[in-house]
Amino acid sequence: MRFEYAPAPESPSIVDIRSSYGLFVNGEFTDAKDGELFKTINPASEDVLAEVAAAGPSDVDSAVAAARDAYENRWRDLPGRERGKYLYRLARLIQERSRELAVLESIDNGKPIRESRDVDLPLVAAHFFYYAGWADKLRYAVPGREARPLGVAAQVIPWNFPLLMLAWKIAPALAAGNTVVLKPAETTPLTALHFAEICQQADLPPGVVNIVTGAGETGRLLVEHPGVDKVAFTGSTEVGRSIAQSVSGTRKRLTLELGGKAANIVFDDAPVDQAVEGIVNGIFFNQGHVCCAGSRLLVQESVADEVLDTLKRRMATLRVGDPLDKNTDVGAINSAAQLARIRELSEAGTAEGAQRWSAPCELPERGFWFVPTIFTGVSQAHRIAREEIFGPVLSVLTFRTPAEAVEKANNTPYGLSAGVWTEKGSRILAIADKLRAGVVWANTFNKFDPTAPFGGYKESGYGREGGRQGLEAYLA
Amino acid sequence: MPDHTRLAIRKTYKLFIGGAFPRSESGRSYVVTSVNGDFLANAALASRKDVRDAVVAARKAFPGWAGATAYNRGQILYRIAELLEGRRDQFIAEVGGEAAAEVDAAIDRWVWYAGWADKLAQVYGNANPVAGPFFNLSAPEPTGVVGIVAPPDSALLGLVSVLAPVIVSGNTAVVLAAEERPLPAVTLAEVLATSDLPGGVVNLLTGRVAETAPWLAGHLDVNGLDLTGVTDPELAATLERDAAENLKRVTRPRVEPADWYAEPGIDRMVAYLETKTVWHPKGV
Repeated sequence: MRFEYAPAPESPSIVDIRSSYGLFVNGEFTDAKDGELFKTINPASEDVLAEVAAAGPSDVDSAVAAARDAYENRWRDLPGRERGKYLYRLARLIQERSRELAVLESIDNGKPIRESRDVDLPLVAAHFFYYAGWADKLRYAVPGREARPLGVAAQVIPWNFPLLMLAWKIAPALAAGNTVVLKPAETTPLTALHFAEICQQADLPPGVVNIVTGAGETGRLLVEHPGVDKVAFTGSTEVGRSIAQSVSGTRKRLTLELGGKAANIVFDDAPVDQAVEGIVNGIFFNQGHVCCAGSRLLVQESVADEVLDTLKRRMATLRVGDPLDKNTDVGAINSAAQLARIRELSEAGTAEGAQRWSAPCELPERGFWFVPTIFTGVSQAHRIAREEIFGPVLSVLTFRTPAEAVEKANNTPYGLSAGVWTEKGSRILAIADKLRAGVVWANTFNKFDPTAPFGGYKESGYGREGGRQGLEAYLA
Repeated sequence: MPDHTRLAIRKTYKLFIGGAFPRSESGRSYVVTSVNGDFLANAALASRKDVRDAVVAARKAFPGWAGATAYNRGQILYRIAELLEGRRDQFIAEVGGEAAAEVDAAIDRWVWYAGWADKLAQVYGNANPVAGPFFNLSAPEPTGVVGIVAPPDSALLGLVSVLAPVIVSGNTAVVLAAEERPLPAVTLAEVLATSDLPGGVVNLLTGRVAETAPWLAGHLDVNGLDLTGVTDPELAATLERDAAENLKRVTRPRVEPADWYAEPGIDRMVAYLETKTVWHPKGV
């Protein structure tokens, strides 16, 4: 039986997108000193949404100076209880404005409204709520030592979960008594700038949160600024590596949450329908723009045909299209550049001999789209098995024994996440022990929670976000 | 009774790699003198090849040591303390200076860390009360192979203070001993070799830090780098930069001189731990 879907669009009228946005420094919106601007577009339509200030060296100087002043005079010595109350305020304001922020996130990022409404925004509010409660309990977070803030934190975040990554960075930093200068991604600055308004509504002391928009160069200026004490970055391993190099020889503390190439391991006793839902959620959630995406399916040889048949049937029901339609499963690719990267790696997959299959579906004419795709016959040497594609593309490999599954799963310089599907409890625990990854999802995938530490092994970075461990990244 | 004074048997100070005591593959050695300038011994002058052999041995030992029970690792660290106690007089003679206090503190430090083996996951791991029907647990795991530049200011206590926190959690180590005072380190290796510590868990090289440390920092099969013993800030910065190539976890040299006698705290253990979070749905 096939269901027909009528369009069910969420109205964009709930959000008032201004034609231009300044930087948020010392509690005020301000133009960039040299007046430079860049445009942010809706990736589903390629329409320009707004012009945004591009921060240059003197803007970054001002933001860092504002954060330093706020740290020394308005935030560091504020009782933890009072800092916590500001964070609770932010959490509540986010909840109150969550519909607006969800719509804005989908418009600027391209992700389905169902996801920004049901995943991103609830987690954003929950993160602030969780860390709010830590602000006056820091001495219980780091037993055996004094809990002291680090100072000014420079934070650079990616475009895949713009507001959620902001929450992961700002909430623990502020709870611990630091002040921040945050740079959102060039293609998704808008929700961070609306968050700046929320900081004003919360009467957050000026300079505690500063937001500087811009491209990679602004990020470089920020992390290399001598006035920052802590650098936190989420993004590619390549950029993370250069940041680690740039802080060498300084006293700056660094945490990095970088790329991944997660194995999602399906054993022959796994319930097929549940596993297939997990595979789909693992790689097609957020268009595959997820550092912990289950981008390598390792399926036990004896059930490979059955799992792949079911997976293809399920993929054929995925609805790709308008991010604001509440029925949409897979939205727009975030940018032309990312679409080009996904296409290039997919073409390499075909050229290297893997077999490509895509779900049959029609794509909108304007905007950036990539149809959910799987590659079978993939070897460990193929680029699509080694490199992070960061798109809705799954590489399928097979294995015979648990030892082979572990060997293949760990055969990557990354180590962010992994999945295991089996009905056998002892096998789950044994395999989870052997996987060199910071998050292991057993019989589930892509679950997140503010209380659960998240972060990688090996070249997926260091430090954790979320939980007590996430707070530690902002304490001396 | 023989009518002449017996001539003592001197010890050859060699490297410690994979549980064995080889000379440097380079065939080189360097003179180690006492504070007064008297000849003490020729120590092995480790080369790039020795560093690479040591990393291979450390990687090979990692799964077994990381997979050993915490109780077992604790027992072995305690055993190291026992054997060190038995050789207390030898170490006092070899360390020189105010040696008795340093040797005693080094022995006690092994005991302190031995006790941590099966408590670390309880203090540093936790259950997470996620907002959904999931079992959710975060536990620390060792980072992997860790390179250590041992502090030059404390040849035995300093060495133990940087080594024990790395291996107690299941990491394996390649240690560059204090350059000017390597002999207590080599003798400690003899203790390690006879204390049920599996071969390769600790590998110890003597020689020039400026020569060997860059090979360790740039090695892509090393996961962590403790630069505590690097005294030249420029060298430390270069090593940290090289370590970024594969995102090694790095401990920078201290700004202020260390008080090796103070209770260490958990920072040195935590520096080489990864937190793994495991999720599983709850349901009937």
